[in-house]
Amino acid sequence: MKPAPFAYLRPSILEEALAALAGTQGAKVLAGGQSLVPLLSMRLAAPSMLVDINALPDLDHVTSDDDGVRVGALARHADVLASSGAAAAQPLLAMALSHVAHPTIRNRGTTVGSVVHADAAAEMPMVLRLLEGSVDVASVRGRRTVPAAELFAGPLETTLAHDEIAVEAFFPALGPGAGVAFQEIARRHGDYALVGAAAHVETDGDAVTRARVGYVSASDVPVVVDVTDAVTDPAGDPAAAALAELEPAGDIHASAAYRAHLVTVLTPRVLADATDHARRRAGERSSA
Amino acid sequence: MTTKLFGSRVPRVEDQRFLRGQGRYVDDLLHDDPRLLHAAVLRSPHAHARVVDIDVADVLDVEGVVAVWTWDDLTGPMAEPLPLLIPHPTLTHGRTQYALAKDEVNYVGEAIAFVVATDRYVAEDAVSRIRVDYEQLPPVVGIAAAREAARAVHDDVPDNVGARMVQETGDARAAIAAAPHTLTLDLDVERSACTPMEGRGTVARWDPDTSRLTVWSSTQTSTGVRGCVAAKLGLDLAKVDVVTPDVGGGFGVKINHPWPEELLVPLAAMTLGRPVKFTEDRREHFISSAHERAQQHHVEVGFDDDGRLLGLSVEFWHDHGAYTPYGLIVPIITSTQLLGPYKPQNYRVAFESLYTNTVIVTPYRGAGRPQGCFVMERTMDAIAAYLGTDRTEVRSANFIQPDEFPYEHGLVFQDGRELTYDSGDYPASLAKLKELVGWDEFEDFRAEMAAEGRRVGIGLACYVEGTGVGPYEGAHVHIETSGRVKVATGLTTQGQGHQTAFAQIVADTLGVRFEDVEITTGDTRKMPYAVGTFASRAAVMSGSAIHLAALRAKEKALRIAAEALEADESDLEIADGVVSVRGTDASIDLGTVAVLSNPLRYAFDEASKAATQFSVGDPGKPPVAEDDEPGLEGKDFYSPARSTFANGMHAVIVETDPDTAEISILKYAVVHDCGHLINPMIVEGQIHGGVAQGVGGALYERMAYDESGQLLNASFMDFLMPYVTEVPTSIDIDHLETPSPLNPLGIKGAGEAGVIPSAAVFAAAIEDAERPHHPDLAITAMPISPSELFELRLAHAAEPAAEPAAEHAAQKETR
Amino acid sequence: MTSPAPEELHDVRLRVNGSVHEVRVPARRLLSDALRHDCGLTGTHVGCEHGVCGACTILVDGRPVRSCLMLAVSAVDAEITTVEGLTEPDGSLSPVQQAFSDCHGLQCGFCTPGFLTTITAGLRENPDPSEDEAREMIAGNLCRCTGYQNIVRSVLRAAEIGAEGPASRSTDVDGGGEDR
Repeated sequence: MKPAPFAYLRPSILEEALAALAGTQGAKVLAGGQSLVPLLSMRLAAPSMLVDINALPDLDHVTSDDDGVRVGALARHADVLASSGAAAAQPLLAMALSHVAHPTIRNRGTTVGSVVHADAAAEMPMVLRLLEGSVDVASVRGRRTVPAAELFAGPLETTLAHDEIAVEAFFPALGPGAGVAFQEIARRHGDYALVGAAAHVETDGDAVTRARVGYVSASDVPVVVDVTDAVTDPAGDPAAAALAELEPAGDIHASAAYRAHLVTVLTPRVLADATDHARRRAGERSSA
Repeated sequence: MTTKLFGSRVPRVEDQRFLRGQGRYVDDLLHDDPRLLHAAVLRSPHAHARVVDIDVADVLDVEGVVAVWTWDDLTGPMAEPLPLLIPHPTLTHGRTQYALAKDEVNYVGEAIAFVVATDRYVAEDAVSRIRVDYEQLPPVVGIAAAREAARAVHDDVPDNVGARMVQETGDARAAIAAAPHTLTLDLDVERSACTPMEGRGTVARWDPDTSRLTVWSSTQTSTGVRGCVAAKLGLDLAKVDVVTPDVGGGFGVKINHPWPEELLVPLAAMTLGRPVKFTEDRREHFISSAHERAQQHHVEVGFDDDGRLLGLSVEFWHDHGAYTPYGLIVPIITSTQLLGPYKPQNYRVAFESLYTNTVIVTPYRGAGRPQGCFVMERTMDAIAAYLGTDRTEVRSANFIQPDEFPYEHGLVFQDGRELTYDSGDYPASLAKLKELVGWDEFEDFRAEMAAEGRRVGIGLACYVEGTGVGPYEGAHVHIETSGRVKVATGLTTQGQGHQTAFAQIVADTLGVRFEDVEITTGDTRKMPYAVGTFASRAAVMSGSAIHLAALRAKEKALRIAAEALEADESDLEIADGVVSVRGTDASIDLGTVAVLSNPLRYAFDEASKAATQFSVGDPGKPPVAEDDEPGLEGKDFYSPARSTFANGMHAVIVETDPDTAEISILKYAVVHDCGHLINPMIVEGQIHGGVAQGVGGALYERMAYDESGQLLNASFMDFLMPYVTEVPTSIDIDHLETPSPLNPLGIKGAGEAGVIPSAAVFAAAIEDAERPHHPDLAITAMPISPSELFELRLAHAAEPAAEPAAEHAAQKETR
Repeated sequence: MTSPAPEELHDVRLRVNGSVHEVRVPARRLLSDALRHDCGLTGTHVGCEHGVCGACTILVDGRPVRSCLMLAVSAVDAEITTVEGLTEPDGSLSPVQQAFSDCHGLQCGFCTPGFLTTITAGLRENPDPSEDEAREMIAGNLCRCTGYQNIVRSVLRAAEIGAEGPASRSTDVDGGGEDR
């Protein structure tokens, strides 16, 4: 289990990294490496060149304001998790990040890297979709912003071009009257979830005006389902509505039926938690 | 007076080096030798195929590649199949693999070519450039396919059956036919594996100046490896040294030998004249070491109104994988040890050991006992449910009683000896366990939890474990003139703290300071006669041998000291390394006694002057008496007539989530009887580790093969070894000490015990938790995941639950 | 197949346990291998090489990191601590190391270096963990021998020793007796 040979570049300015990616067939970006290096060691990935962006300046930021949280490409999961500003602006980040692998992996792995790895079993791609965030990408052609809804193309596949680097992810702040929740069921603590669910609920007074649930490991791409109708209809069944949009699959850890069952267990739980959260926040605001 | 160390919680001496990062495991050796070469192995990607052609033309071009071997390059004994280590008359169709595949591969992972290069990275590059033409053959995967025998693993093995074996005492089938009540159960256990944190590894160095080969291997038997290396490479045994350095866990898998690499590395070192290292990586460990556990069982049992067994008939099918290097040890152990602490009046057991196109099977901690315990204890639970009796009462009705030892079962055990239990007190153990887990208070707890909408269940399981199997171990004790004591025993160490526990024995037996004792294990240069570390035998076998050898050294020390002190031997005592005459000031330290034991011609320091010819000895007598030897040493061997039988009982309280079917552990209790404890801290550590491994085996770990024979979870990502978050937050342990009469220390083995009852105890507790809600739900296959529990609930929710729960204990009643 | 071109080597300065190691390695060399085989620091063990077991955990700028998931070339700017660097300047065991000895927190010793580094950093962040926090601290490391029971105790004991200060460290033979 040793990587095959590759060329290596550790640029100190972004332009150099972008030029290398554009000019080298099969080059890949190395940031945290927590997903990439095992693939290299198992020889399941064999890039011709690694462009190590760890020495690039000004990419390790976690900045928060009223709009939301901006996470640079070199910010580690642990940095985002430790950011009180991020937790205040968008509480779902910390809720989800505490389920990302183990702390040691979070010390090195980057949130942006996890997002663009686009693993449907990982928390952060789904979170970005649920929050309707975006990713800023750079290439020799310039910069562009890719909304989360347009980011995920397929299993472990994004719409980014091979020479583009995701330099920042933007997670919108939690709006007034909105609440979030996250729960997942994993075989072992720290494992990829058998199924995970996060809810984003918007309220107006006692009424739920919008409710969406994102799922981990319930399809082969990160999926978010709008369950507003099912939530607002007293006879509605949000889990059933969600399942209609999902394709839970069986594997060695769980049958498809069990995953579907977990969707039905987790969906009402996260919706209830998120609704509570929204109301709590509304209460705090009105009492403040 | 020296404090008695036997029985004390002495901190381990080996910890100092481990904690400083100064352990020396096999991959650490020779790392600064610039001549060291590294090996990698090309392994079969197919479960069953003919090897048509191997093309290595592209390999030698790779910079850094030194050599490559395929079977065609092997000669003499190396070109023959690997040894079948433990032949048995019923193993009529035993087969072993070649060091490198010849013509055919029979599991994914079987070694095909061996590359040696300047580093492992380059060696792996080279492996990826070897081109092999395969003609794929249909694989046989799993016991069902093997039994069906629509396809053969080996063309010349009919029905995939390597062995059929039957043992019977009394007439079980007649007794069952005549019994007032009978039940039938079908019980399955899946594959798992030892997965020590360190995989296998071997380093070899050939010294052309002395024509001597040194092999370091991460093995549980250095003498076994030595014998195989010498035989296969055509070397005199005296030219081969095998040293076992620190070993990062074994749990059974490293007792099998020789692994192909254990022969190929020395071969390469000799051929190339440079040291060579092979370090198995994690994926290789999954697909090319060994697994265990997979068995299917069919039980028929007849019993009376009290649940007393009248007849027990068990038929089972054992998946031994593609080859049988370790013979029939695992199924023989299942067939004999499933009896546990019970005495069925009539017992018949029959098994078939079957070939499949999967990784070989050799003993994994517990070695067939977890399956046997699962079978027997599920049967006990089924009887209790059928009769509506408390599960502990059915067990009590069947216990061998304390006054019945030695108890002869009338069967033959894995060592070819009679299955005779030497000691135990099962009723006392059960009483302790009930107290420890709160058995009698459990229904109140269940009701309390039910009121909160929570499901809890309790289970218990009992086992007896034959430990300390022969044939023998030996020890050599040498008291140096410094007074320090060097002790060598030949079996190996994989973390059991032998350097500490054995030193405790020596310190007590000899009367020396613990700090002055240094134990060496697993080095054939120090002790060439040894067997190995397996079957919970190290403490019993080497512990006893060390005790006996220390006694011999002590005898000699007393004799010489008596002469020097002009006292009677019976008046002497030894404490803290000083021999003194009781009640006087006269004394001599053991170092000086050692000086006197070795008549010298040449002095090399102050102390040794005392042993030269003008200082000691009667000029009229030979300096070394006819029946004596120079030096203050003792050597002895311990070879018991049969195994000693440890026993224990576990109980667990689990909670099953009504929604998600997740299973959590609320309480885990262990009562354990391994006779006298040398170091309770170490014994408890062994139990903790066994229990955790048992939790893994019961709830998390399995080898997931697909139909084509690919192992789908050959990584720690998908083979779910428990982290701290998956094991019980505490393990309550109580000891019972019924000493073994078979050895001088009264000890019984402790290494495997913790893992034996796990499948049984968790199945019982989960079933118990589910019964109020799913009356006919029975746990008959382990391990079990939440997904599987969910599916079981679905399957049993649909059926009407009109009949009382008790009658649904087993799948089927025969009358 | 053509023979591959000779691999480019990189000069890498690794700062480990306060010393500088100049090594010349290919880009693909894992940091775990560089530490073990190029720096000779074999105390860092390799148990899975896919980042799950934690045996290879080292401290990079004080934070626990899997050395099998880092390339040596990528570790140039880092301050690295391995198990060999945990002992006190006078050579005595650190509180965490001492606690493992006191509580029988190790058996075969193979996973131990990864636990020691992880806990050392963990206690710096949380010097007085509850039992649950102690468990959480080690939740990403696999051990096959101990069942973790005594490792959890070792974390708590290390916190105790740390709180007592260096003077009170027990190294006596009976020190382990108090753990039950």
